[in-house]
Amino acid sequence: MMPNLPMQAVPPDWPGGYWWHWLFFSILLIAFVVIMVMGAIWIERRGMGRMQSRLGPNRTGPFGLLQPVADAIKVLLKENIVPDSADKLVHWLAPVIAFAPVMMIFAVVPFQNGALLADLNIGILYVVAVSSVATLGVFMAGWGSSNKYSLLGAMRNVAAVVSYEMPLVLAIVGVVLVAGSLSMNDIVLAQDIPFILLQPLGFLLFFTAGCAEINRSPFDLMEADSELVAGFHTEYSGMKFAMFYLVEYAEAIAISAIITTLFLGGWRGPVLPPWLWFIVKIFIVFFFMVWTRTTLPRVRIDQLMALAWKFLFPLALINLFITAIQVLVWPDALPWGLIIVNIAIMVILVVVWSKFFKLGWGRLEV
Amino acid sequence: MTTTELMTLKTEPFVLNFGPLHPSTHGVYRMRATLDGEVVLDIEPVFGYLHRGIEKLAEERTYTGFIPLTDRLDYICPMSNNLAYCLAVEKLAGIRVPERAEYLRVIMAELQRLVNHFIAVGTFLNDCGAFMTPVVYMLREREKILDMFDMVCGQRLTYNYMRIGGVGQDIPEEFLPALRKFLGTTPRFIEEMEWLLKQNEILLARTKGVGILPRDTAINCGISGPVARASGVNRDLRKADPYSIYDRFEFDIPTGEAGDCYERYRVRIEEMRQSLRILEQVTKQIPGGPVRAEVPHLIRPPRGEAYAHLEAPKGELGFYIVSDNSIAPYRCHVRPTSLINLTALREMVRGWKVADLIVIFGSIDITMGEVDR
Repeated sequence: MMPNLPMQAVPPDWPGGYWWHWLFFSILLIAFVVIMVMGAIWIERRGMGRMQSRLGPNRTGPFGLLQPVADAIKVLLKENIVPDSADKLVHWLAPVIAFAPVMMIFAVVPFQNGALLADLNIGILYVVAVSSVATLGVFMAGWGSSNKYSLLGAMRNVAAVVSYEMPLVLAIVGVVLVAGSLSMNDIVLAQDIPFILLQPLGFLLFFTAGCAEINRSPFDLMEADSELVAGFHTEYSGMKFAMFYLVEYAEAIAISAIITTLFLGGWRGPVLPPWLWFIVKIFIVFFFMVWTRTTLPRVRIDQLMALAWKFLFPLALINLFITAIQVLVWPDALPWGLIIVNIAIMVILVVVWSKFFKLGWGRLEV
Repeated sequence: MTTTELMTLKTEPFVLNFGPLHPSTHGVYRMRATLDGEVVLDIEPVFGYLHRGIEKLAEERTYTGFIPLTDRLDYICPMSNNLAYCLAVEKLAGIRVPERAEYLRVIMAELQRLVNHFIAVGTFLNDCGAFMTPVVYMLREREKILDMFDMVCGQRLTYNYMRIGGVGQDIPEEFLPALRKFLGTTPRFIEEMEWLLKQNEILLARTKGVGILPRDTAINCGISGPVARASGVNRDLRKADPYSIYDRFEFDIPTGEAGDCYERYRVRIEEMRQSLRILEQVTKQIPGGPVRAEVPHLIRPPRGEAYAHLEAPKGELGFYIVSDNSIAPYRCHVRPTSLINLTALREMVRGWKVADLIVIFGSIDITMGEVDR
């Protein structure tokens, strides 16, 4: 093994060395993502059912647990329709390009101490870089379908992702400052106290921006079913649609996993084995996303932009500034004191800032 | 590309076709929207996908035989359609309706208003993007009313309950207890729903000040119902031209000032409270007696014409009937609430975003069955 490779996370007693490690984790990750997506779909559909005073799917298996399987079989048997005027290559390539980066995110997410495909020393930076590539796939889908709904949805997506990248990254920087490392594994190891308590504002910003980044409600503008029918994947059917469906949930799982790693202490926790803690925390975060989806109406595109640039971005800067001061001036401060101070700062900032501006603008003269 | 070239980059509006098969067009409405990016420059409505020739069919039916077809006009609230048609025929033929029948009609009309407003508010919030949740809870409440309708006429959607000179049959004895129970639980549901929604920051941002319909435009376009009242037009036919026995009940007419989507939503919520208030009074006052006047099977109204209107949940619903002393109307015309309320849509949406177009359209609350007839 070459000593200068960035991937140095092979556990010392791992049999077979680097390539076995690579193969094992690749297979494990794909299986993990697919199973987690099935779990997420089940949680979303059953959870939404409960919240909407209905049962949700309950015919397939106990508690409808096999519903995702039934969905998958149904969607695989569907005809694959490509519009006549579509850009065939782009239309065909889009789901793949959207899907690959989401899988790649999981390469640096630790399942337990050191158990990850590649412990990049720039792990979180890699996540930010790779996750943006999925947007390319979405925009290709919107453009290649030669459908105006798709195009509108794709344009909204690009606008949202470009805007929300800023607060997302700035919120991450706060965590990185406190942890003192960009490696995902080291960030988890640094969390004797989960960073959600030390960085409450950062968590809030990251959660909001993350929801917008992956287009979960209330920021689900790119597929806004009441406006754009299905947004960028209006013209997709069969397996290609299934890919987008998979991407949507895999992204949600990825963001949940990153939130878990950055803010909720990753795999750390008492009693239960670490990997189980990790999965449980992912589903808890995902459950909150389901909750917001069933609860909140959708924002408008200009309100989405205003929220990013007028609200999240300044707050993220302030959060970064305060965190930097705390790290620099009181590196040995009592954590509990910092927790109280930071929560107080978060509440004051959010309340005061929300008085400052109006969401979006109104009618344009035409 | 240089900066100057980028600054002068040519953009052009494009036409986006909403409907007739679109999740938010409440049926088969179609509009060709001209968009500049996300901004709506113009819309052009296209009607007629649900045209069934109901007005012409009236000429082929007997006066009584047309009542089931009125169910199919505004299929969200068939009771109001039944009632409006029967009022017109009764006016034409000079038929007096027994006391108890009048009360039953008021009960059904007000329950129907509740049904309509539940659906209107629910689907409006759905258009705002609240993913199905409010509408499912609203439908749950509507279900209770549908059960009551089921008791009185055995139908859940197309009731065919009103008759010329009364109602089809008397209510069963379990109806009034069910209604009292409903009156006991529903106010709390409405309070709860409003408490959850009126403080919601996103809902306020999406609806306040959006799609303003000025008062004079509302009057000029002949807009009626909650849409007009939200714009400050204090006109409700239950007070302005009391039909049936509405002059015996105490209720207020909620009006708004801003004329935006939020006011329309609020007016509907308030109207639901007023309907419950009317129902409270009706259940206390309802007398016994026959529920249907002695009317011949084949009515031959005298030669002439009559127009009767009432305050349907969506606005003023009118039936204009010309009689040539035969067993069928010579001409029957419906003043459709939804169609006329829809005429102001273009004024309201120009300059707003695509998302607002859907919200404003949803706030008008139309049924395509009534628009196309």
